[in-house]
Amino acid sequence: MGLAVTFSTLAQDYALPSGAPDALTGGTPAMRAPPMRSGYHYQSAEIRALQDDDFANPGMLWVDQGDALWRESGAADEPSCQSCHGEPSSLRGVAVRYPRYDESMGGLINLEGRINRCRQEHQKQPPLPYESEPLLALTALLAHQSRGMPISVSIEGPAREFFEQGKTYFYTRRGQLNLACYHCHELNPDRYLRGDRLSQGQPTGYPIYRLDWQTLGSLQRRLRFCNTGVRAEPHEFGDPTWLNLELFLGWRARGLLYETPAVRR
Amino acid sequence: MLKARISVPATATRGEVITVKTLVSHPMETGFRRDALGAQIPRNILTEFECLLDDESVFRANFHPAVSANPFLSFRLRAERSGTLTFRWRDQHGEETTVTRELKVDG
Repeated sequence: MGLAVTFSTLAQDYALPSGAPDALTGGTPAMRAPPMRSGYHYQSAEIRALQDDDFANPGMLWVDQGDALWRESGAADEPSCQSCHGEPSSLRGVAVRYPRYDESMGGLINLEGRINRCRQEHQKQPPLPYESEPLLALTALLAHQSRGMPISVSIEGPAREFFEQGKTYFYTRRGQLNLACYHCHELNPDRYLRGDRLSQGQPTGYPIYRLDWQTLGSLQRRLRFCNTGVRAEPHEFGDPTWLNLELFLGWRARGLLYETPAVRR
Repeated sequence: MLKARISVPATATRGEVITVKTLVSHPMETGFRRDALGAQIPRNILTEFECLLDDESVFRANFHPAVSANPFLSFRLRAERSGTLTFRWRDQHGEETTVTRELKVDG
């Protein structure tokens, strides 16, 4: 592929933020061109200003709504999120570890999945569908708690095989345009795709407020949008393919800081 | 009831010009768009915003289809007296969302 560099080479050009956990050990190929950059870097000054303003950032509407849902009890007298976890801030640092391998499921679980499992097991409520307002709100609330913390997913042990599948997906061509994620987000970031500036595809701020959507959306919604962009049939929400890719993207973005709710074009 | 965020300074000195900011969740569907099957998506917008200090109207705005989703407003008021600021949005069907904040003016 010609792009694989060893981590030691990478480290010379680019240092991870101090204290950032890193799953890499020397000799493992790193598949990104340094330096790593959040999608924030590729936005206009106006969009960056909108994200930076905690009041005007429209994503904060969902964080607020998530905070209200956090305090609502489940079915009948089942507990609220707050009854078990206390304040949302007690879950600071949790979101940056997702998706992760879950033994009871024998597979990967992402933050949305984890919220829904809590709902089903402890609140006796049906799971919330992907892209529903309450699920976006709770996901935004939890991810927001980890703002400023480095992404640190684990690809150790049983997670490894899922990671490898996600990596394969990233480098596989698809769709009528016959492009892999790699072609845009590793070979060409910073260059223009018509009027759009390509980013590295780093999942640092999900769920994100996209001006194009005029609303908040999950990482999987964005990935489906990429599928459509290369004219491939999008995978369904919650498809294991997406979980594998989320894990690979998390590993690829390791050390980048969470910024939920991010604002993007 | 819409989700709303309001920013008002905790206190102000008499005569001070304060900045008030509001953000409200609303799709602001223009009525010009069509769905995947070609059917027109009906217009659904907020049409009016008003800010009152007690019963006195201190700021008003009219919204039209070109206003983006989740409208954000920033405006200035001269703080002359303490009171209750009422923020009211009305949509095209006449449904209202109201949020209040206390304004405390010293001196």
